[in-house]
Amino acid sequence: MEYVIFFASAFVAIVCALLVISQKNPVASVIFLIMAFVAQAILYIQLSALFVAILQIVVYAGAIMVLFLFVIMLLNLRRDDFGPEKHPLQGWLTRIFGVVLVAELIIVIARGVSQSESVDTAASDFGNVEQVATILFTRYVFPFELTSILLIVAIIGAVVLGKRRAEEK
Amino acid sequence: MVPLEYYLILSGIIFTIGVSGVVISRNIIIVFMSIELMLNAANLALITFARQFADASGHVFVFIVMAVAAAEAAVGLAIIIALFRNKDSINLDDFNVMKW
Repeated sequence: MEYVIFFASAFVAIVCALLVISQKNPVASVIFLIMAFVAQAILYIQLSALFVAILQIVVYAGAIMVLFLFVIMLLNLRRDDFGPEKHPLQGWLTRIFGVVLVAELIIVIARGVSQSESVDTAASDFGNVEQVATILFTRYVFPFELTSILLIVAIIGAVVLGKRRAEEK
Repeated sequence: MVPLEYYLILSGIIFTIGVSGVVISRNIIIVFMSIELMLNAANLALITFARQFADASGHVFVFIVMAVAAAEAAVGLAIIIALFRNKDSINLDDFNVMKW
C-alpha cells in the first residue's frame, strides 16, 4: 500500500512538473504546478511531516500560486504573447544540455543507490506541530526572526517596484 | 516503508525538470515557476533526511525555505510587472538592456 501511494504520487508529481515547463499558457502551468505541489504534500505525509504537508498546501499551493495567477491576470496577456520565437542556437543547445543533465542524473542515482540502509527510527509523534514548534522557537529562534525581517523587506520591495513613477501618471 | 533513496531520486528528477525549465523556457513566468519546482525538490530532500535521522531540524529548514520562496515570489512578480510595463512583453529575449 505504501508503495502504491508513493509511486502514484511520484508519477503525478513528475508528469505535472513536465507539463509545467511544456505549456505555452502560463495559467495552465500554474494549475499543473498546484497539482505537483499537492502530490508532494502526500509524500510529506508519508514521511510523517504533517505540519509541513499542511504548510505546503495552505501556503504554497494556496497563497503563492494565487499570487502567480493574480499577476498573470494583471498582465492581461494577449494570445500572441504566449508563442515565443526561438533563438537560432536554442535547438542544439537544449539537446546537448538535456543529454548532459540526464546523464548526470543517471550517474548520481547509480552511484548513490544501495549505499545506505533505511531504518525506521522516527518516533510516532515525529513531525507534528508541537515538535516542530518546540525546535523552531528554541534552537532556531534567531533564523525565525531573520525570516520575518526578510518578509518585511520583500513586502516593501514589492511595493516600491510595483509603484508607478509620478511622471508616468 | 518505502526506501528513502526513492524519495531522493524523485527529488533529483524534479530538480532536473526545474533546471531544464529555467534553461528551455522563454516565458519569464514559466521560468519563475521552474524555480519554485527546484525549491520544492530541495524541500523533499530535506524532509527525507529529517525522517532518516529522526531530527525535526529539516522541517524547520523547509519552513524557512517556504518563507524565502514567498518573499522571492513577491519581489520577482513585482519585477515582472515592472518589466511588462516598460517592455510590453514577457519573453526573456526582449530583456537585453544590460547585455553587452
